[in-house]
Amino acid sequence: MTVITAFLAAIGRYVLGTLAAIGRIGLFAARTISHLARPPFYWREFGHALVQIGWLSLPVVGMTAVFTGGALALQIYAGGARFNAETVVPSIVAIGLTRELGPVLGGLMVAARVASSIAAEIGTMKVTEQIDALTTLSTNPMKYLTLPRVLAATLAVPLLVAVGDSLGIMGGFLVGVGRLDFGAATYLHNTIDFLEQWDVISGMIKGAAFGFIVALMGCYYGMNSSRGAQGVGSATKAAVVAASVLILASNYLLTELFFSA
Amino acid sequence: MIELTDVHKAFGNNHVLRGVNLTVESGTSMVIIGGSGTGKSVALKSILGLVTPDSGKITLDGKDVTTGDRDAFLARFGMLFQGGALFDSLPVWQNVAFRLLRGSLARPREEAREVAIEKLRRVGLKPDVADKFPAELSGGMQKRVGLARAIAAEPEIIFFDEPTTGLDPIMAGVINDLIREIVVEMGATAMTITHDMTSVRAIADNIAMLHDGVIKWTGPVADMDNSGDPYLDQFIHGRAEGPIEAVR
Repeated sequence: MTVITAFLAAIGRYVLGTLAAIGRIGLFAARTISHLARPPFYWREFGHALVQIGWLSLPVVGMTAVFTGGALALQIYAGGARFNAETVVPSIVAIGLTRELGPVLGGLMVAARVASSIAAEIGTMKVTEQIDALTTLSTNPMKYLTLPRVLAATLAVPLLVAVGDSLGIMGGFLVGVGRLDFGAATYLHNTIDFLEQWDVISGMIKGAAFGFIVALMGCYYGMNSSRGAQGVGSATKAAVVAASVLILASNYLLTELFFSA
Repeated sequence: MIELTDVHKAFGNNHVLRGVNLTVESGTSMVIIGGSGTGKSVALKSILGLVTPDSGKITLDGKDVTTGDRDAFLARFGMLFQGGALFDSLPVWQNVAFRLLRGSLARPREEAREVAIEKLRRVGLKPDVADKFPAELSGGMQKRVGLARAIAAEPEIIFFDEPTTGLDPIMAGVINDLIREIVVEMGATAMTITHDMTSVRAIADNIAMLHDGVIKWTGPVADMDNSGDPYLDQFIHGRAEGPIEAVR
């Protein structure tokens, strides 16, 4: 009986802990958004975050997209050949990238690069009392650190996704024309004919959601980092893991919302 | 005047403050001494609202610090943090002029830079330090930049958290002299927490000994050596034997 009670108690503790964490993150998100409507807004911090999160993530997102597009073309060609459907390569590459792989892989790459960097930066600020210093200098840390980063990521990641989509389609095009003997004009024609505006827009909306998640997780775990180097390390790890899991889970929910019949 | 009345604060089972009562008169320099982990920093941070007390009352000039305009309240304070707490991503002059570049005290950028350079000069740093980043400075220089930042907006009240920790004796002496000079020159109210008895004698008008979550003794620094309080005596003479357990 004691073993069963202990087991149930452990499950209960885990569930309560998880619910409490979800509540804390929800409140953190609400507080962040509420600062949008209340001045001041730190434009310089926002601009800096846009460069750090958007511009400097471009190489990694771009390379991921190019190689994914190329690999996707090879896979779809090999799979399609089983039932004489090789011609679908351009359209499936385009749809697959814009709807799913572009936003998800882009989001995950940004999570690895940005959530970790934000959590480590803010976590270090926390343990070196820089967050306390901000407060004593009459500057709200949520306004100065969190809001600019979350807003910048929410706006920059959809643009990264759009650029990644284009580069991914280019990767597919290069492999299709160079390796799979498609005519350049035919490949582009098939890509454009079957791609709809909503394919691209839905991917960009997903990108905005993923950008919000990435920056929010980085800021949340950074702000709640415990003392010392180990605390900052744990915060960084937790931010990347939470951002990645939430990206995949929200991707499923958004796909249900956008594309279920 | 800053007044703490029966202030309690616990972190889980760790009851750090167990009813702190302390009065700091305007224009005086109060130094809080006590062993590591006795709640000195928590007491200081409670006044600023960085830590929320579980119970008790803290007032500034008779007004509860938790009520009223928080920005206006914080604008009256400057604080030198133990490690400097300088913002790594900003050059030194922007650290010093941080308050003057944004918010209610904002000034034009050039004017803020001039004030920063003037404050750096006041703490004995040359203008060429202004464009360096904190990571390029020694520990003593970082403390001085932190001090320049604390006084940049000419606050009425300045808090110093372990101002000489980690510094060599000469640099500690320089910082102590600077603190004393600046506090006298500005007519500011100062609260300092430290373990360093040389600092205490250099900076304090009054001292308060915090132990076991309460103020064990408070009075003028001149009375410190003849207080007759066993806790204070043990602490100021650094004895291993006495009412304060050496292993905590």
